Amino acid sequence: MEVKKITTKSMPYEDWKDNEYIEHLVEELRASGTNVLVGSLDKLINWGRSNSLWPLTFATSCCGIEFVSLGAARFDMARFGWEVARSSPRQADFMMVAGTIVNRMVPVFRRLYDQLAEPKYVIACGSCAISGGPFRKSYHVAKGIEDIVPVDVFCPGCPPRPEAMIYSIMQLSRKVKVEKFFGGVNRQEKRQDFFREHPEQEALYNPVLPDDADRTNK
Amino acid sequence: MSNLQEKIAKLFPEASFEDAGEFRITVPDARLHDLVKTLRDDSELRFDYLVTIVGMDWKTSLGCIYYLMSTRSKQVIAVKVSTDDRDKPMLHSIADLYHIAQFYEREVYDFYGIIFIGNPDMRRLFLNIDWKGYPLRKDYDDNPSLNPVSIENERQSDFTDQWVETASGEVRKNERRIFAPEDFVVNIGPQHPATHGVLRFRTAIDGETIKRIDVYMGYIHRGIEKLCEDLNYPQTLHFMDRMDYFSAHNYHHGLCLCIEKAAGIEAPRRAQVIRVLMDELSRIASHCLFLGTFCMDLGATTMLFYTLRVREQILDIMERTCGARMTFNYDTIGGVMQDLDENFVADVKALLDVIPANIKEYNKLFTGNVITRNRMEGVGVLTNEDAVSYAITGPSGRASGWACDVRKTHPYAIYNELEFDEVIRHEGDSMARFKNRIDEITQSARIIAQLIDNIPEGEIQAKVPKVLKLPVGHWFQLVEGCRGLFGVYIESDGSTKPYRMKLVTPSMPAACVVDHITRGQKIADLITIGGSMDYIVPDMDR
Repeated sequence: MEVKKITTKSMPYEDWKDNEYIEHLVEELRASGTNVLVGSLDKLINWGRSNSLWPLTFATSCCGIEFVSLGAARFDMARFGWEVARSSPRQADFMMVAGTIVNRMVPVFRRLYDQLAEPKYVIACGSCAISGGPFRKSYHVAKGIEDIVPVDVFCPGCPPRPEAMIYSIMQLSRKVKVEKFFGGVNRQEKRQDFFREHPEQEALYNPVLPDDADRTNK
Repeated sequence: MSNLQEKIAKLFPEASFEDAGEFRITVPDARLHDLVKTLRDDSELRFDYLVTIVGMDWKTSLGCIYYLMSTRSKQVIAVKVSTDDRDKPMLHSIADLYHIAQFYEREVYDFYGIIFIGNPDMRRLFLNIDWKGYPLRKDYDDNPSLNPVSIENERQSDFTDQWVETASGEVRKNERRIFAPEDFVVNIGPQHPATHGVLRFRTAIDGETIKRIDVYMGYIHRGIEKLCEDLNYPQTLHFMDRMDYFSAHNYHHGLCLCIEKAAGIEAPRRAQVIRVLMDELSRIASHCLFLGTFCMDLGATTMLFYTLRVREQILDIMERTCGARMTFNYDTIGGVMQDLDENFVADVKALLDVIPANIKEYNKLFTGNVITRNRMEGVGVLTNEDAVSYAITGPSGRASGWACDVRKTHPYAIYNELEFDEVIRHEGDSMARFKNRIDEITQSARIIAQLIDNIPEGEIQAKVPKVLKLPVGHWFQLVEGCRGLFGVYIESDGSTKPYRMKLVTPSMPAACVVDHITRGQKIADLITIGGSMDYIVPDMDR
């Protein structure tokens, strides 16, 4: 079955940036080949998923306030089906990393990522999440979240305007549309790429929860 | 001032005095506790409010500067102590005199490694317990391999250290449990929708009743004070936007005033009026967002959509003049970045027209609601003495009957020419804190209405040298942020960069007091109380 070009109703294809990336994913899907039945099911699932991406309520600083504006009436993310912000990572689809991630937050952040149910996505929102931003030189700031978790979309700005956030989530939803659900999820391959680049993290991927004796030690 | 000096010199002959710009007393460490106790308890002086403790590293010695304010005379004085021991510096604690001192001392310990003898809880405040080195010391080794970014969970401890001095003058370390062994401890945060960011409470509960809360901060500690030491003065300004992002203009104003005071620059009148206009507009926008998120915490999501309507209108006005929605970087040393937008006056007038109707709507929707009243009235009562002792300023402090508005107590810019009321309530509960903020919107609108037709013509920027160097010295400046008192302390060694910059923020005490006012309340009320204190986590962590 031929995978079609990814289009969006409200925006012409040429207006999107980074089309090559999506095209590359489409090419990959075409090359792997799928039969009509499974392909149609994939399409249906992707249609549903890409139109109901639920974010995790996760904000550490300024960008989080713009995310609140995004939820309010003016920017109204409910138009796109993203308004169901979940406080539990187990119910969310993607994580909008809005704000600086500091050393002390890294284990917590990583655990939240691990708790997200598959398939899961990450948007690095704002310059702090991308590279450390204005705090890059600090002794207590992680220089970008890319070394901690795999990132799907980068959304620059300090903080990004709500329009930019909408655009970044729309980009994410385009990526969801080229997902292959049956017969292997191509995101798993992506995670392996990530581990190849960061071998030290592979051992820590399946977090072993410390038992109570460890937790109360001093 | 000479009165005070005579009085103290009689009681403490070893104290030395300095009276350039601010009144500063230097005492040896052994006499510190007695001096502060005298200053606090003397019926004439009544320095009962500890503004901040500034930790200092003078290379040869380490020390602290205590800023005290009298709630009666509004006078601010500084007390300086130092120690030459760099390996194991120790000072005496004043945690038994002011509640907030316990947390400020922990902060100093975290940054400088100074141990406070007598402080009941000598743990790090922002950094994790295995952190190597004390980051704000001048000889701190910031090699990332010493303190790497790790995804492994940080070590937890149920114990805290306490240093006590025996009668013979010997100092001993005692270990103390934070919670009793039989306590049932629930962890709330750092990822929790109602903590407004990444704050963590370890809560000991008995059934549904809260017994004790241990506050953990530092999940967004970015080390702004240390970063400022490597930047020149105009560059330090942009961090002010990113601490309390709702009071970006107010914090900018504070730092600009402090640098201007030191450099002897005066902003032109037009710039001063613009700054005050922007401060008050931010205050309205900030309180609007507070009303929305607070009500959302209590389950009334609708309110957020109503209050954000006004906020978006203000952000539009800001955007047209400042070029950004949140991080403006608008105030500069000696003025403001650019002139007002041509439609500014018309836009602000349109805003002033809609505010009264909106407030009426908020009250109709929410304030009088029977569920709201049940959840807020009498919940989280903070008495006046505790508010002062815990240094709770801003609308929350004024809800406990403490007149602490810096715009009234230490007027800056053109505030002494303006007519507005300081909103004070005496109930001290969550409802009073909520209502205070609604009333402050009205007062801010009143200030804007007085100014909007009388913006003077003229320059917006004073002449400032291209390379700005401050003379050797130290300066302290207070302004009123949206959440309370914001202070800037700058110590200069005569170069283009600050030797030490300390930022005093209102959110940190607001989080520290949560333990005190939630004791004996139900755990569901923790959300109400935390929400009503309106702390901003990046503001407390810096």
